[in-house]
Amino acid sequence: MSFFIEVLAGGLLAGVMYSLVALGFVLIYKASGVFNYAQGSMVFFAALCFVSLLEDGINFWVAIVITLAVMVVLGVLTERIVLRPLVNQPPITLFMATIGLSFVLEGISQLIWGSQPHGLELGIQDVPIDWLSQKANINISQLDFFAAFVAGALVAGLAVFFQKTRIGRALRAVADDHQAALSIGIPLQHIWMIVWAVAGFVALVAGLMWGARNGVQYSLTFVALKALPVLILGGFESIPGAIVGGLIIGASEKIAEVYLGPYVGGGIESWFPYVLALAFLLVRPQGLFGEKIIDRV
Amino acid sequence: MSLPPPGEAQGAAPHAAPGGRRVGDVVLSVEGVSLAFGGVKALQDVSFDVREHEVRAIIGPNGAGKSSMLNVLNGVYHPQKGKIRLGKKEFTDMDPHEAAALGIARTFQNIALFRGMTALDNIMTGRNLKMRTSFLEQALWFGRARSEELAHRRAVEEVIDFLEIQHIRRTPVGRLPYGLQKRVELGRALAAEPRILLLDEPMAGMNLEEKQDMCRFILDVNDHYGTTIVLIEHDMGVVMDISDRVVVLDYGRKIGDGTPAEIRGNQAVIDAYLGVTH
Amino acid sequence: MLYREAGQFKSSYAQDQQIFPILQDRVGVAALLAVAFVVVPLIGNQYWLQAILTPFLILSLAALGLNILTGYAGQLSLGTAAFMAVGAFMAYNAQLRIPGIPIIGSFVIGGLCAAVVGIVFGLPSLRIKGFYLAVATLACQFFVLWTINRVPWITNNSSSGVITAQKIVILGYPVAHAAGKYLLTLAIVAVMALLAKNLMRSETGRAFMAVRDMDVAASVIGIPMMKTKLLAFAISSFYCGVAGALYAFCYLGTVEPEAFTLDLSFQVLFMIIIGGVGSILGSFLGAAFITLMPIFLNTVSDWISGTFSLEISHALVSNTQAIIFGGLIIFFLIVEPNGLARLWQITKEKLRLWPFPH
Repeated sequence: MSFFIEVLAGGLLAGVMYSLVALGFVLIYKASGVFNYAQGSMVFFAALCFVSLLEDGINFWVAIVITLAVMVVLGVLTERIVLRPLVNQPPITLFMATIGLSFVLEGISQLIWGSQPHGLELGIQDVPIDWLSQKANINISQLDFFAAFVAGALVAGLAVFFQKTRIGRALRAVADDHQAALSIGIPLQHIWMIVWAVAGFVALVAGLMWGARNGVQYSLTFVALKALPVLILGGFESIPGAIVGGLIIGASEKIAEVYLGPYVGGGIESWFPYVLALAFLLVRPQGLFGEKIIDRV
Repeated sequence: MSLPPPGEAQGAAPHAAPGGRRVGDVVLSVEGVSLAFGGVKALQDVSFDVREHEVRAIIGPNGAGKSSMLNVLNGVYHPQKGKIRLGKKEFTDMDPHEAAALGIARTFQNIALFRGMTALDNIMTGRNLKMRTSFLEQALWFGRARSEELAHRRAVEEVIDFLEIQHIRRTPVGRLPYGLQKRVELGRALAAEPRILLLDEPMAGMNLEEKQDMCRFILDVNDHYGTTIVLIEHDMGVVMDISDRVVVLDYGRKIGDGTPAEIRGNQAVIDAYLGVTH
Repeated sequence: MLYREAGQFKSSYAQDQQIFPILQDRVGVAALLAVAFVVVPLIGNQYWLQAILTPFLILSLAALGLNILTGYAGQLSLGTAAFMAVGAFMAYNAQLRIPGIPIIGSFVIGGLCAAVVGIVFGLPSLRIKGFYLAVATLACQFFVLWTINRVPWITNNSSSGVITAQKIVILGYPVAHAAGKYLLTLAIVAVMALLAKNLMRSETGRAFMAVRDMDVAASVIGIPMMKTKLLAFAISSFYCGVAGALYAFCYLGTVEPEAFTLDLSFQVLFMIIIGGVGSILGSFLGAAFITLMPIFLNTVSDWISGTFSLEISHALVSNTQAIIFGGLIIFFLIVEPNGLARLWQITKEKLRLWPFPH
């Protein structure tokens, strides 16, 4: 039984990590209707930038501020160069543009900072929590636990931000209808800058967590791919949905791997989340929290 | 398109159309249809019939449920209550492409043309139900596939001639002006050689000249090919001029059904349009 | 001056329906085919035939397949490499287990198996659209690769999943050299391109495009949704499957499942975006671009390091390549969403008028 709890907890925590990345997607989608495939590359970019600054001897907190500034600039540039010219195109075109963007970002990151893996020390070890493993014989990583805590705080903060503040309201208005938002005086450019700044911040946090766990290397970009099933389950526009979706995907992926895997030769986790998301889509195309899609003729 | 035999009235024809057009038996009837979307009642217990070869107009203020009625007639919406009778068959939930197979064609309020294709290709898609060759034969492009494509091309060119759009046949429809797009959409519906043609606001957004052209085409279709026409229209002048009978809807209910002259004098209809509080 | 249609009247619909209605086009294409079939094998060197032209043709075929599904029928797919893998491995198995089967037969079987997989993973398209569908095809991509690695029968019990494609023998003559493989590939690709062009011009093609542009309206005029979408998946996957089989037999030789990763799917997607979605010619142009770009970059970097005595690392070149590809995707999507094929069309239109400006 304790083994099951361990697996479940491990899965849930992994799921939280996925959610961190999914959050960035949701933010951008919520505010501009664009599905930003390049989010994974942004996580990688942020993590790489931060780590390289650290390795150059710069103070931890200063490095965070610098990286955040870089991410904001990146976001603004993306909005101006890639998204604005494509403003009235169908979503598929925008999606493909972000695929192109992801390649550009990956190329630039490795051009500037090289392609060897870096380790990232956050001061928290990836070892089991002492009293849990002693008392209940359950091994849960300290780092994963910390990441869950950070993600929780981030989500709570973002939820409050969107619901309660004036800027959050403006963001929701912009997401709904650009023209209408403009006509009531909401400054579109500022809003988008804020959105991309926040998304950049989320990318940085995700990059730090994942970097601490797996090291900062090229495979970090593939985390974005795992976020896709999370978004399908949780809906593309819902912040709580990203968390719930992440938990479900993380947990089911681990459980399937451990309990079903041995019967079919293992390695299920490469496709299981997608098939799960697919099955879900067939039943409920808009995800758990998303809005129903209506086709008008 | 070969000319079908002129519309012979079978049995008594209670309504003689203006200009001596022979109107036939009931070919389509709507019985007690009710349609709701969640809490919104689009149609409430609507019944009327359509006779063969006639021009039937559906009119009513905005939001009366006219487009919903048309959508029910061709299977896009499924009513919660009531039936649709087409000839001898009865339906509650017909698929749009079943409706097409049964000879119902339509145009849309917001022009549902395929923007990536030329006008010619759009109209050719109207022939799809008549095409019989398999994709393998089409890939090889010889024999049956080739002659079928050319035969249908010939038929479509007749429609193009009829609608006077030869000069734009190779233009992608996205680039055409609104009036011409509406004509191409009509062409696509005609290419299917339908028995019943549903037109959703065919004159919307047109100037006087374009309206006159469109009226002419609609009447010609009805005269030459005998196609039964059901149309939604806001322009009262057009409705009174070209229709044989009119159905009036208001808030999803039928409030009038008769010839244009009868409708013109109907107090309930006048109230609905002028907005007298009930 | 040269490229004029004046005097070329069409007096029948049959003439109007030709693939190349203008005489100069027909002459040009005939010349191109003559060069491709006759001149190139005679003068081409081993490296060009083996490492550039043959993969270009194979990838063009895959791009053609993807274009049918995504460009014409509007169903976004990220599973191209998976379909190619199915084609490759099943052609291998057909060749292995069916005695005396001609190589073309194996290719056809590979294609048909890919078509079946395509239909299965295309079923979600009946309910899902747009980039949700892309996720379904990702499921296909990962699942197929996992299956190939895990089911021993597919790789003939090879422990590493690596197979070696058999030697090709046609009518008793072995096709072992680069020139022979090139000609075989060229013949297959040319025939399949012609079939695709015919198909896209006829009712099937129109049905695909109708589904892409407005599927509700398509349904209303009688086009059957399920049949059309699944047919698009089937035909597209067949083409990708044959391309995969050619990839294994005429190019790679030794095949591992890792040759068919998501990266390859993206490459083919880039080919059709740059070349032109919804265009047969575009598939070829895009494939040419993506195949030749790395070589071009390598040549340029060699020249730079030679002329300026700079050390240019391999990583620098490949990263620059990624940046250029990504940048070009964005560029084409903004400036000319119809890709190189449209640019070519515009060039021809200008040629028609040349030397007059308008």
